[in-house]
Amino acid sequence: MATLNFNQDQCILCGQCVEKCPFGALEIKDNKIEINASCKMCKLCMKSCPVQAVSLVEDEVKKTVDKDAWKGVMVFVEQEESGIHPVAFELIGKARELAAKINHPVYAVLIGGEQAKEQAQSLLEYGVDKVYVYAHEALAHFRGDVYTNIMEDCIKTVKPTVVLVGATSLGRSLAPACATRFRTGLTADCTVLDMKENTDLVQIRPAFGGNIMAQIITTNTRPQFATVRYKVMNVAEKTAQNGEVVNCEVTDEMLKSGMEVISTEIVEKTKGIEEEDVLVVAGRGVKKQEDLAMLQELADALGGQLATTRPLVEKGWNDVTKQIGLSGRTVKPKLIITCGVSGAVQFAAGMDGAECIVAINTDAEAPIFKIANYCITEDLYSVVPVLTAAVRAKQQ
Amino acid sequence: MKIVVCIKQVPGTSQVEIDPETGVLKRDGAAAKINPYDLYALETAMRLKERCGGTVTAVTMGPPQAEAMMKEAYMMGVDQAYVFTDRTFAGADVLATSYTLAQGITSICDYDIIICGKQTTDGDTAQVGPAMAEYLGIPCAAWVGEIADVDDDAVTVGQDFVNVRQLAKMKLPCLITVEKDIYTPRLPSYRLKAATKDRKVEMITFADFKDQDVTHYGLKGSATSVERIFPPESHDGQIFMKGSAEQVAGELADIFAERKYI
Repeated sequence: MATLNFNQDQCILCGQCVEKCPFGALEIKDNKIEINASCKMCKLCMKSCPVQAVSLVEDEVKKTVDKDAWKGVMVFVEQEESGIHPVAFELIGKARELAAKINHPVYAVLIGGEQAKEQAQSLLEYGVDKVYVYAHEALAHFRGDVYTNIMEDCIKTVKPTVVLVGATSLGRSLAPACATRFRTGLTADCTVLDMKENTDLVQIRPAFGGNIMAQIITTNTRPQFATVRYKVMNVAEKTAQNGEVVNCEVTDEMLKSGMEVISTEIVEKTKGIEEEDVLVVAGRGVKKQEDLAMLQELADALGGQLATTRPLVEKGWNDVTKQIGLSGRTVKPKLIITCGVSGAVQFAAGMDGAECIVAINTDAEAPIFKIANYCITEDLYSVVPVLTAAVRAKQQ
Repeated sequence: MKIVVCIKQVPGTSQVEIDPETGVLKRDGAAAKINPYDLYALETAMRLKERCGGTVTAVTMGPPQAEAMMKEAYMMGVDQAYVFTDRTFAGADVLATSYTLAQGITSICDYDIIICGKQTTDGDTAQVGPAMAEYLGIPCAAWVGEIADVDDDAVTVGQDFVNVRQLAKMKLPCLITVEKDIYTPRLPSYRLKAATKDRKVEMITFADFKDQDVTHYGLKGSATSVERIFPPESHDGQIFMKGSAEQVAGELADIFAERKYI
């Protein structure tokens, strides 16, 4: 940790730093440079000073946690009505990769009603060394405070160096409570994870709408928490079962809560766009709402679904559950065909993991072409119907 | 009911670029605005006040210009607003931000309920609400899409998990984060603008806080730090397809069949 120091003797008050600061954190006051709370330590002022009057002053090194005392990569396994949430299998895959680099075991923690004991067995096939199960009827429904108490018990007992949580609705509210309980760091929505030899977890995620990738480290605390969205990491492969299920005691103390679940209701579950292998995307190049029918036909021919970009959802042409992008859904289909989509960074961030990207846009400069595998600069109104016909012909 | 709302000022757009050679961050100076998700939090607060009586206090942690956002909050009916601003708070990650907000709130008022928007458009983590609740030792319900019932010591909320709608009764005091579309946010009113034009926004600094240990706040109080920033990878393997629509369609259909997409 460090602070920025402005050497008033060297400073010539040229004002370059004030101008260059992207956050407006600097100003000239009383013939010296003053820095305010907007400073984000980007250090641009240091780089731009012509007389090197800005320096970084390192603070005393804080006492570091004993990193060797924390072993294991733990995955929080979310269970829902129909079974284990699929993101868990992706996280287990990643956990195994990370653990292998530092020779640590892989753990899973499963919290739920009585059925959790059964579900735990299925995790062993994915190479988990120990599955810690907390099964109790009072845990059948998610309550933030209770689940945090359980996680605290598990983490205090096991002392894993890393805890991975799926960035589902449940995970995104559980993870911060747990990280705060341990006064430790959490990075949300990591797209890349890596492991250093000293057991520091390298957490990479997009920032500023995906225009920048930030590499984040949990410097001096343990465990290191990270959440990862569904369909970002690859599913673990099944492997020889060498692990065991550990049934853990659920005490009254852990169940103490300020919340009571009165009822739960399953909301109609149609297959989300995240689960499709093939997606056809409508962008602003589609001129009328009725024209979506033409794209729907292509989606039907391909056995996939129609999705849209944010502007179309805002126009009311489609539901927000079909929106791809940073403020919509992240998808990782095998095939995605974008029609009249410019490919703004916020959109691309929601789909650039697709295996095959086909982009149709009359603008050859459209940013979508930077990430597409097959680029078509023809009018979607000519291409789409013909493509639908060609696909149907192929299927005969 | 004593209602506290946490709001944040965010950049107008997220148009930021990084020069891959110099690592320089270029950001366009688009004006700051209130985090759109917080409008729903404010509206929820106002509706609760209308339903139960009481006061609405808005708080934010940010640079001094956040005062402008608080003036707007007054125009929506907020009774009192505080900005926690200090260089000591700068560079904070979620842990330090939540701690600062929690400290700030406890130093200025009692509360029955704290309402947050579900996430911000710049950080996008959705973490601060639950983290604050943990520091304050109060129950937290996230993704609240409905306030079903309120009584003296509890509030019943509908939580929107992806496939499940859960109804939960929360003991007061508690914290909730509200979903977009929980209500339609009201617009600032000219009448309130006139009525509140002289109402001060309280600026609270580190010196006003009980916990005077600087290592608990800002960059020093953060558990995570950014090691480096870099531009995203560009994709390779690009083929610009040439020919008539029919030719292109035919080629694509062959590729799809080969790769077993159809």
